[in-house]
Amino acid sequence: MNTIKQVFETNYKNKKGCLIGYITAGDPTPNITPKIADALIRGGVDILELGLPFSDPIADGPTIQAASIRALNAGTTPMKVLEIAKKIKSKHVNVPIVIMTYYNPIFRIGLDNFLSTAKTHGVNGFIVPDLPIEEAAEFKKTTNNYDLDTIFLAAPSTSEERLNKIVNASSGFLYLVSHFGVTGVKSSIENSTLQLIQRVKPITDSKIPLAVGFGISKPEHVQRIIKAGADAAIVGSAFINIIQNNTNNTDMLNELEATAKTLKTAIILERP
Amino acid sequence: MKISNYPKNGKFGKFGGKFVPEILMEAVNELEVAYYQAKQDIEFRKQLNYYLADFVGRPTPLYFAENLTRKLGGAKIYLKREDLAHGGAHKINNTLGQALLAKRMGKTRVIAETGAGQHGVATAIACAALGLDAEVYMGTEDCERQRLNVFRMKLLNATVHPVESGSKTLKDSINEAFRDWVANLKTTYYLIGSTMGPHPYPMMVRDFQSVIGKEIKQQFKQKEKRLPDALIACVGGGSNAMGTFYPFEDDSEVQLYGVEAAGAGLETGKHAATLTAGHEGIFHGMYTYLLQDDNGQIQNTTSISAGLDYPGVGPEHSFLKTLKRANYVSATDKETVDAFLMLCKTEGILPALESSHALAYAINLAPKMSKTQSIVVTLSGRGDKDVETIADFIGEKI
Repeated sequence: MNTIKQVFETNYKNKKGCLIGYITAGDPTPNITPKIADALIRGGVDILELGLPFSDPIADGPTIQAASIRALNAGTTPMKVLEIAKKIKSKHVNVPIVIMTYYNPIFRIGLDNFLSTAKTHGVNGFIVPDLPIEEAAEFKKTTNNYDLDTIFLAAPSTSEERLNKIVNASSGFLYLVSHFGVTGVKSSIENSTLQLIQRVKPITDSKIPLAVGFGISKPEHVQRIIKAGADAAIVGSAFINIIQNNTNNTDMLNELEATAKTLKTAIILERP
Repeated sequence: MKISNYPKNGKFGKFGGKFVPEILMEAVNELEVAYYQAKQDIEFRKQLNYYLADFVGRPTPLYFAENLTRKLGGAKIYLKREDLAHGGAHKINNTLGQALLAKRMGKTRVIAETGAGQHGVATAIACAALGLDAEVYMGTEDCERQRLNVFRMKLLNATVHPVESGSKTLKDSINEAFRDWVANLKTTYYLIGSTMGPHPYPMMVRDFQSVIGKEIKQQFKQKEKRLPDALIACVGGGSNAMGTFYPFEDDSEVQLYGVEAAGAGLETGKHAATLTAGHEGIFHGMYTYLLQDDNGQIQNTTSISAGLDYPGVGPEHSFLKTLKRANYVSATDKETVDAFLMLCKTEGILPALESSHALAYAINLAPKMSKTQSIVVTLSGRGDKDVETIADFIGEKI
């Protein structure tokens, strides 16, 4: 079973960056999520970010909000998300799975209970967008106990001082939020995003891979952020739009695979 | 440590904190620094006091409800008349304080959430007075329930954004306000309307609202030469209650009662009684009691009063509950409407439905106390906005 670190290293050797694909688990139904994962992985997704649907996702735009509602209406519970992860992992043993969840569901179930189950189900790490490092002591202790990666977020507003602390608290990769705003497809990458990557890169370099997310949906977006210094691109809403717009499963899976392929093809590392 | 010395490091015991996305951390830290500086600044306090006196009309009266007291035959009932504050509710105490702070921080645009519309109106008023742009998020269900307040906000030059997501009520308007803030940090000040959200909001809103309790203390002393035996206030997010309780937190002989919305009845599950029936969790930036299911999903709430229709509660209330310093009780929609009607008839005062929850408990408690004792009920707002809802509830056409 590969770790997140190993997956980055293998890609580096092939002069490639990583493609991290986000989907909301259980959207549109829990049964189909493993098939969606298959399609994305066939297309070239290196790391799967599995969203645990929450009733009030404050960091997400309309696309992921709608996906969360579909998943919740289909009966997706936090424990069911781990079952889905297990199913995906049994087929794709070398693809790391990270769970993206707001803090309350895993807190309510119990950190120890949820994280230990996550570990036995093949989950590699966690992203918790409403848990800043200052509040994360208990969470970090528990993830350490179960050898799970803790992926913290950094943002355009993050100061150098906080950035250093966040990088030191993170394992797996650093999740850099590309712009001021919530998740969702954007037509272009702002120059400020590229400058942000250039500012953050020297701090993550030699410590942890730098992944950039929020608003990244096209091959040219991916090319630009990788060229600016990112090690990975995180794509979510672009995939979810495909899921939302298709009622026919075969078409949907083909389209997801094709989209992942064009994105992965764009991730060429040109550095030494 | 005295209870009133909390929060310590942004927390009331284990409650409170700053559970916000990283993108907001610098903003809440900046706000914390700016607030502490403003608090120390004599000029800022002078300015706020000027507006509270000449614009809001403070101090609001502490009125002895003689007819109601006689009818109930127990403890004396005093009403703290926040309904007489400019705008018709206590909300203005906080919005003026924060709008002045926003100006001091160089922000030009203010966003706010609103449930019943009272905080939205109070934000619109403060921003109009101070020359700031106001934009208010309001759930579409609440827009429908409180059409008059939507129009009032528009008249007061605020833009109202109807919120279609989730349950289309207060919690969803807060979600949308957070999403807006994340996208517009540099220009925008998020003016939270209750003692909730990430630190420093619960502390700051409490401080601005504590003018209520300070006045009660002074006015009651003048009238009765002592402290009241009990204070009663309604609790949604909990700002009028916190403002009422805070100056009395260390006076352990004063009983504190927070009254939550029991909606159709606690046993029906259709209510908004967070402290009575909730569990600890993390939501809207704070660690506090929440109405949630076993999987940590936030539950929809039900109450006749839009202003109490919220599945969370201010962290300081969770703290006071845990310390057993305050008692948290509830009143159903029916008890609330009965209390509303009783105050109209006996005293000629039309209270807000939110405040009528506090009255309902006072009506219950007063006869059990002696005639030498006194209760102060905070009437957080006036009920003109609620007359359609009341007519609906009692089955009358207007």
